[in-house]
Amino acid sequence: MPDLGLEVLLKGKNLARILAGLGVALRISLISLAVSIPAGILVGILMTRRNVVIKAVTRCYLEIVRIMPQMVLLFLVYFGTTRVFGWNLSGELSAVIVFSFWGAAEMGDLVRGAVTSIPAHQYESAAALGLTGIQTYRYIILPQTVRRLIPLSINLITRMIKTTSLVLMIGVVEILKVAQQIIEANRMSSPNAAFGVYLTVFLLYFAACWPISMLAGYLEKRWR
Amino acid sequence: MSDVVLKIEHLVKRFDDQTVLKDISLTVREGEVIVVVGPSGCGKSTLLRCINALEEIQGGKILLNGSSVSRESRNLSEIRQKIGMVFQSYELFPHLNVLDNIILAPTKVQKRSREEAKVEALALLSRVGLLEKANSFPRQLSGGQKQRVAIVRALCMHPEIMLFDEVTAALDPEMVREVLDVILGLAGQGKTMIIVTHEMQFARAVADRVIFLDEGVIKEEGEPDQFFDHPKTERAKEFLRTFTFERKHTHS
Repeated sequence: MPDLGLEVLLKGKNLARILAGLGVALRISLISLAVSIPAGILVGILMTRRNVVIKAVTRCYLEIVRIMPQMVLLFLVYFGTTRVFGWNLSGELSAVIVFSFWGAAEMGDLVRGAVTSIPAHQYESAAALGLTGIQTYRYIILPQTVRRLIPLSINLITRMIKTTSLVLMIGVVEILKVAQQIIEANRMSSPNAAFGVYLTVFLLYFAACWPISMLAGYLEKRWR
Repeated sequence: MSDVVLKIEHLVKRFDDQTVLKDISLTVREGEVIVVVGPSGCGKSTLLRCINALEEIQGGKILLNGSSVSRESRNLSEIRQKIGMVFQSYELFPHLNVLDNIILAPTKVQKRSREEAKVEALALLSRVGLLEKANSFPRQLSGGQKQRVAIVRALCMHPEIMLFDEVTAALDPEMVREVLDVILGLAGQGKTMIIVTHEMQFARAVADRVIFLDEGVIKEEGEPDQFFDHPKTERAKEFLRTFTFERKHTHS
């Protein structure tokens, strides 16, 4: 059996450090998500408005977020603002800002899609039964929108967790950075550590994202 | 003569600058079955949608038991409860099972008790042969089954008039029958109905009166036998000819 370099994990507090790194990654993504969801609902509702100006602004916002690599946004916020505005943002705060900016746009687009995908006929058949506008939203439109939205937004959570691996580029010590540090420190004593440590990182990302992804699949099936 | 349920006077409907219905007047008495036929785009569906105030009207009046039906009516919800409408594409609520689809409006709009609504819903479902589907979801039903549920959903509100908007147009041929049989049954019970359809055999069997609508006006109106066997206008003759087929023999 080749040496997989797993023994490094048992040295000192290495395993605890990796888990703490995962904690940082999850913290960034969950805080960003907490900002993105309400902001995204607002953006999404704005996107369904007919007002041309609102439409143009939200459209631009969405396109910018889609076109720009997240890494560039991270550099822009972390390094760019320091010189230009003299802000001294921490890496983690910069990450939260960028991820929220990104998440709100993606979430907004999901909300827009969910709202507009309810066919006009659903409103009409509710009206034909004598439901008032508020009853129609309460019993017909909202339940359908939420059902379409929840699986999609859960997928956004997993994408966000995965993308946190970029924040090591602005000096945030998250799981991947911790892994690199451990490998570097043990380069001489266990040269095979890269495999064992990165395998562990992979498994931890998997453990964090897989249940979420399963939940999304389950809800999608149940509510189809 | 029985009481007038619905009275339409000089109805005009325009979409932008296109006039879809021009001066339509129609009186429907209790227990009467009116079938509206006519070429595609003649305004048949629009007429039904106007009767239920799903469309704004630009002229004339629609009176249901003497009270005006319009999008401005303050008691629009109350009026719509008295008008049952069944759409071409069923439009069941996909997130609710069959039973909840049916009792949603009776319980939430009419504030009837859940138990009472449920008893009635199940009785109606069994009448259309769908009792065992009460807990199924719309996606698990065939088109014909969905349409029968949609009819039950409308009936459960105890409407004074039922509107059927090409309810078999989206169905596979072998499912048309099961839906039309339900409607024939309702006619037999004396339900007041306005039916828009392309099924001429059915129209003839179910109608008390046939309305031929063309280019937004009522071109002809009469009893079914008279309309189908001896149409008076050239336009109606031409329309009815499109439903008959003849094999042309050519002799060399």
